[in-house]
Amino acid sequence: MAEAEAAALSPGARAGGFAVDAGPAPERGRPRRGGPVREGLRGYRLIVAMWIRSTMTYRTSFALTTVGQAAITLLDFVAIFIMFSHVDVLGGFTLPEIALLYGSCSASLGLADLLLGNTDRVGARIRDGSLDTMLVRPVPVLAQVAADRFALRRLGRIGQGLGVMGWALWTLDVDWTAGKVLLVPVMVIAGAAIFGAVMVTGAAFQFVTGDAAEVQNSFTYGGCTMLQYPPTVFAKDLLRGVTFIVPLAFVNWLPALHVLGRPDPLGLPGWVAYLSPLVAFVVFLPASLAWRAGVRSYRSTGS
Amino acid sequence: MRLHLAVAAGGFRRYATYGTATAAGVFTNTVFGFIVAYTYIALWDERPGLGGYDQAQALTFVWVSQSLLAAAALIGGGFQEELQERIRTGDIAVDLYRPADLQLWWLAADLGRAAFQLLGRGVVPLVAGALAFPLALPSDPLRWLLFLVSVLLALVVSFALRYMVGLVAFWLMDGAGVNIMATLASVFFSGMLLPLTVFPGGFGEFVRVLPWAAMLQVPMDVLLGKHAGAGGAAEALGFQAGWALVLLGTGRLLQSAATRKVVVQGG
Repeated sequence: MAEAEAAALSPGARAGGFAVDAGPAPERGRPRRGGPVREGLRGYRLIVAMWIRSTMTYRTSFALTTVGQAAITLLDFVAIFIMFSHVDVLGGFTLPEIALLYGSCSASLGLADLLLGNTDRVGARIRDGSLDTMLVRPVPVLAQVAADRFALRRLGRIGQGLGVMGWALWTLDVDWTAGKVLLVPVMVIAGAAIFGAVMVTGAAFQFVTGDAAEVQNSFTYGGCTMLQYPPTVFAKDLLRGVTFIVPLAFVNWLPALHVLGRPDPLGLPGWVAYLSPLVAFVVFLPASLAWRAGVRSYRSTGS
Repeated sequence: MRLHLAVAAGGFRRYATYGTATAAGVFTNTVFGFIVAYTYIALWDERPGLGGYDQAQALTFVWVSQSLLAAAALIGGGFQEELQERIRTGDIAVDLYRPADLQLWWLAADLGRAAFQLLGRGVVPLVAGALAFPLALPSDPLRWLLFLVSVLLALVVSFALRYMVGLVAFWLMDGAGVNIMATLASVFFSGMLLPLTVFPGGFGEFVRVLPWAAMLQVPMDVLLGKHAGAGGAAEALGFQAGWALVLLGTGRLLQSAATRKVVVQGG
């Protein structure tokens, strides 16, 4: 799983252009520590570059789908906006405060979706037997699955999320400290890593269930729908669940509450706001184990 | 008629095959139902009676829309991608050869799919919602009957719109952009995001007469008894039937324009 986490953090993986950077030649002879990670990253980069070239063949379609993707996710915010045409606060939070929650979670999910989102296709690949092809290629399966049909149009969601977040930060009267300034980008990146771990766990789960990609969606898309509203709206038990079991609260609730200078409804101390990167790191352990177990248990359908 | 029943049964069975996918869908609809329900409680706490609904009615809106979501293909899904693929690959030529009408064929198949999803993905989330929240479900069997008729009309309107989206592939080849735009419109204008009665002012009045309103808002209001009396019910169902006829008719025109365009490649 280290592969994917590293992929998520590598600037090269964000694939700014068409240049295919083949990277250093594969090591020969004695295997080095970190070798598989580098192999995985290199494979990921090559597959991503291929998909971007193929996307760019139809530029109009690419532009339309990117704008469409941004617009579709922006509609959630339009719904919140319409709600605020009737009320001044929701769960005690104002529109710009909710915009901060909405924007940060949208950007995090978009980033995770761009880098790892297509892992949910693993069920389809198990059913049609094409996972077999991936297993014989000299690139880690996770890197191949993550880069499969890499969809650059997902930049649309990231862009609109960052846009709404920018508006929120510009409008809000935040009592800035150095820690809070640092916390904002950390929140978005660690949030993406937490969503990424959920995606990998969901993909691993599909080795058992075959076609249950939607369960994964209810934690990622559903989670983001929840996180765009203030935690005060939800029942305490639900908050405990998303703090201690599937730690989605660390994606944006806890850091954003700290930035806004608001107390956490569960009464956790203020410093937990800074724990998101650690939480992201920790949740990748079970995700990684689940993925390995999934690949090991894989029996081809034979088709 | 017998042919179309067989096609519909095929559509039903095809989706009934995917047990785990259905279970996963039920789970997702239930999770979303809970999340949206809490946000509606917060909203209706702040503004009781918003959009003409009390809190129990608003919660009913949430859970029934989760139940109808897959059947009416409100956030995509259904057959249109498959139709586009057949147009792109040229398989559509085989379909046009068949001694059956193309539009009615796909309508039968889509209604079969919807019937399965209404049962498979509709009942459980609604029961879960009714157990966890106070809902305003009617006890009058006549109201439920009217609701089912309204749902059937909603499914036909949804089909008619998506059929046109599918046919666009005759001109564009790549349907991805149009599909996204169609989903966008259906999510926003059907009432899936927020009941259309909550949309403010003139914009609200405008969205309530668009065809998407016939796909969710109208059946919801029929169930909640917003169209009381025989006159009200007739008006609501008439609105849906009117859109169904207009859209099916337009689809038919589009279809004949498209089939004149078909060039079958050899091989």
